[in-house]
Amino acid sequence: MTENILQDTALITPALLVPLLPLIGFIINGLAGKRLPKSITGWIASLAVLGSFICSVSIFNALDATNSINIDLFNWITFGNTSIAFGLQVDSLTTTMLLVVSGIGFLIHLYSIGYMHDDEGFTRFFTYLNLFIFFMLILIMGNNYLMMFIGWEGVGLCSYLLIGFWFKNDAYNDAAKKAFVMNRIGDLGFLLGMFFMLFHFGTLDFDGVANAAAGLDSNHILIVTITLLLFVGAMGKSAQIPLYTWLPDAMAGPTPVSALIHAATMVTAGIYMVVRSNVLFALAPHTLDVVLITGVATSVFAAVIGLMQNDIKKVLAYSTVSQLGLMFAALGLGAFSSGMFHVVTHAFFKALLFLGSGSVIHALHGEQDIRKMGGLGKYIKITYFTFLIGSLAISGIPPFAGFFSKDEILAKAFEQNPLVWGILSISAMMTAFYMFRLVYLTFNGNFRGTEETKKHIHESPAIMTTPLVILAILSIVGGFMGLPAVLGFTHRFAAYLSHVTDASKEFLPHAHHLSHATEYALIATAIIAAIAAILYARNQYVSKGNLPVSDEQALPVLQKAIVNKFYVDELYDKLFVKPIQVLSELFLVLVDKLIIDLLVNATAWFVGLTGRTIRLIQTGNTGFYIFAMVSGMIILLVIRLFI
Amino acid sequence: MENTIQTIPQNWYLLLSAFLFCIGVMGVLMRRNAIIILMCIELMLNSVNLLLVSFSAYKGNSDGQVFVFFIMVVAAAEVAVGLALLMSIYRNVASTDINVLNKLKW
Repeated sequence: MTENILQDTALITPALLVPLLPLIGFIINGLAGKRLPKSITGWIASLAVLGSFICSVSIFNALDATNSINIDLFNWITFGNTSIAFGLQVDSLTTTMLLVVSGIGFLIHLYSIGYMHDDEGFTRFFTYLNLFIFFMLILIMGNNYLMMFIGWEGVGLCSYLLIGFWFKNDAYNDAAKKAFVMNRIGDLGFLLGMFFMLFHFGTLDFDGVANAAAGLDSNHILIVTITLLLFVGAMGKSAQIPLYTWLPDAMAGPTPVSALIHAATMVTAGIYMVVRSNVLFALAPHTLDVVLITGVATSVFAAVIGLMQNDIKKVLAYSTVSQLGLMFAALGLGAFSSGMFHVVTHAFFKALLFLGSGSVIHALHGEQDIRKMGGLGKYIKITYFTFLIGSLAISGIPPFAGFFSKDEILAKAFEQNPLVWGILSISAMMTAFYMFRLVYLTFNGNFRGTEETKKHIHESPAIMTTPLVILAILSIVGGFMGLPAVLGFTHRFAAYLSHVTDASKEFLPHAHHLSHATEYALIATAIIAAIAAILYARNQYVSKGNLPVSDEQALPVLQKAIVNKFYVDELYDKLFVKPIQVLSELFLVLVDKLIIDLLVNATAWFVGLTGRTIRLIQTGNTGFYIFAMVSGMIILLVIRLFI
Repeated sequence: MENTIQTIPQNWYLLLSAFLFCIGVMGVLMRRNAIIILMCIELMLNSVNLLLVSFSAYKGNSDGQVFVFFIMVVAAAEVAVGLALLMSIYRNVASTDINVLNKLKW
C-alpha cells in the first residue's frame, strides 16, 4: 500500500483545531461553567463544535480524496525498536466521519440548548457533550490503534457519564454501569488485538499493520485472531449480539445524548474501526463470515424485539441495534464503502428520529409511552413532518436517504448470498412496520393521555425545531451522494472513499456483478416490501385502531417473549451476574473475612502483645536506666575485646 | 611542655585515666543525688581528656588536644543545661534525689 502523503502545512492548523476546539469548550465549561450564566455555557459548547465543523468543511474542500495528512505531534511511547506516535491523520474516511460527527454534533448541541433548558445540570451536560465530541474526534483522527483506543475509551466514559446524567435515579445509574461494563468486555478484545499486533508486527500504525498483514496468507491464524479480537471490541461499542443489551438501557440518558452518542456517532465507531482495518479483515475471510452472521442475526433479532416495544425511545433503540447489524452485515460481505454509506445516512435519519422523539417527550412533559400518545400530529406539526421524513428514510422509501444505502447493502448481499438478502429484506420490512407503527400510534388517531397533559401540548421552540428541519433535509437529499450505478449515475460516496477501501480490494473474492434486470427487480422488491409493511401497519393501527395491550394483559407465548425482549437480560442475569455475585460473596467470606482479616488482625495483636510486655522495662527508676546503659556498654566492650 | 609530660611513663596516664573513669562510673551508678551524678559525668569526660592529651604529647600530634577543647566546650554546655534542669526540678519537688523522679514510666 503506497501512501501518497501530502504534508500540506496549510491543512495542519485546521486539522489540529478540529479536536482542540471542543476540548477548549470542555475546559472553559468544566472549570468556569458554574460562574458563567446558563445562556452562555450552552453557546460556548455549541460554537466550539461549530468551529470544528467549519474546520472539517475546509479540510474536506482542500484535501484531495487520494491524499492524506499525517501529523505526528510527538513520540509518545518508545521501547526497543517500537515507537508509538501521538499522531493524527486525515484522509477521505476520516473526513467523512469528521463531517458527520461535528455537523450532527453541532445540530444536537443547538437542540440541547432548548431541550435541557430547565435542567439543573445544564452546564454539566454541555461539558460532558463537548468532552464526548473531543474523544470522538480523537477516535476518528488517530493514526494508530492506540490513538483510536484513547478515543474509544474516552467516548465510553462520556457515554457512561451521560447515560447516568440524572444520577439521582438508581435505575439510570444501573443502566450507565451496564453500558460501561458491557463496553469493557468489548474493550478487552480490542486491547488483546492490539497486543497481538504489537507483538507480531511491532507497530500499531494503521499503515504499518496493514503492510505487515499483507505479507501473510489469507486466513492466517494470526490475522484471524487479531480481527476476531478487534471485532469483539466492535461488538461491545456497536451493540451487536451478544453485547447489545446495554444500548436499549442507555436510553435512560437525556434524548439528545441518545441521538448523538447512541445513534449517530459513538455506536458507529465499531464500523469505522472495521473499515479502517479493512485490509486486515479482507485477509481474514473467516472473520468476515463471523461479522456477517453476527450482523444479520443482530439485524433480525433487534427488529423483532422492536416490533412490540411501547416506549418511543426503546423502539428507536432497537431500531438502531438492527441498523447497526445491517451495517456489519455489509462489512461482512466485504462492502466496506456501503457500510460507511449507511453509517452516514443512518446518522442523518436516526439523529432526526431521536430528536423528534425528544420533541414529542418535551411536548408531553416527559411521557415516553406510545400508548398514552396519539393524535399529536395536529398539535406539533413540524415535529410530525420531520419525524415522518425520518421514518420514510429508515423504511427505505425512495428518494429518501435510507433507500439508497440500504438498497446498496441488499444488492451486495444478493450478489454473494441470496439467503442473506432474504433475511435482511425481512428485517427491513419489520423496520418499516415498527417505524410506522410508532408514527401512527404517536401522531395519528385521538390523544390517549390525560386532559391535563393535552392542554399543555406545545410545539418545541425554534432552537429545537431548526435542527429537526435541517436533519430532515439531509435525510431527503443525503442519499444522492451515493446514487446506484445501475441507474446510470456514478457513486460519488464510494468513489470518495475508494482511496481507503481499495487497499483491501485485491484480497477480496471477486463477486460476479448482477445484471441490470436483477438489480431493478431487487429495488422494486425492496420498495414493494417496505410499502406493504407500512400499509400493514396502517391497517393495524389506523383502520382497525388496534392498540398495544397494557402490561397486565396476558399474551400468547411468542408475543410475551418478544415484549420481554426474549428474556435476554434475565438470561445474562442468571448466567453471568448471579454467579459472579455468588462468587464474590463466597470470596468475601472465605478470602476477605477469613484470610485477609485474620492476617491483619493477627499482626496487630502480635504488635500489641510485644508492646504491652516490653514497656514494663520503663520503670521510671533513673538509677536502673543508668545501670542498664553502663552494663550495655560493658557488654559491648567485652564483645569487642574478647570475642 | 611535652617534655614535662613525657617525664612520666605513659602507662601511668593510662592507669590514672582508667581509675578516674571508673570512679565516675561508680559514682553515677551508686549516688542518688543528681548534682553528684553530673559531677561524676564530668569526671568521666575529663579522664578521657587526660588520656587524649597524653597520647597527643607522646605521638607528637596535636589533633588530640584540639579534640579536648571540643569536649570541654560541649561539657560546659551540658553542665549549663543540666544544672538549669536540676534547678527547675528542685523548685518543683524540693529534692535532687533521682529516685523521686519516677513519674515517667509505663
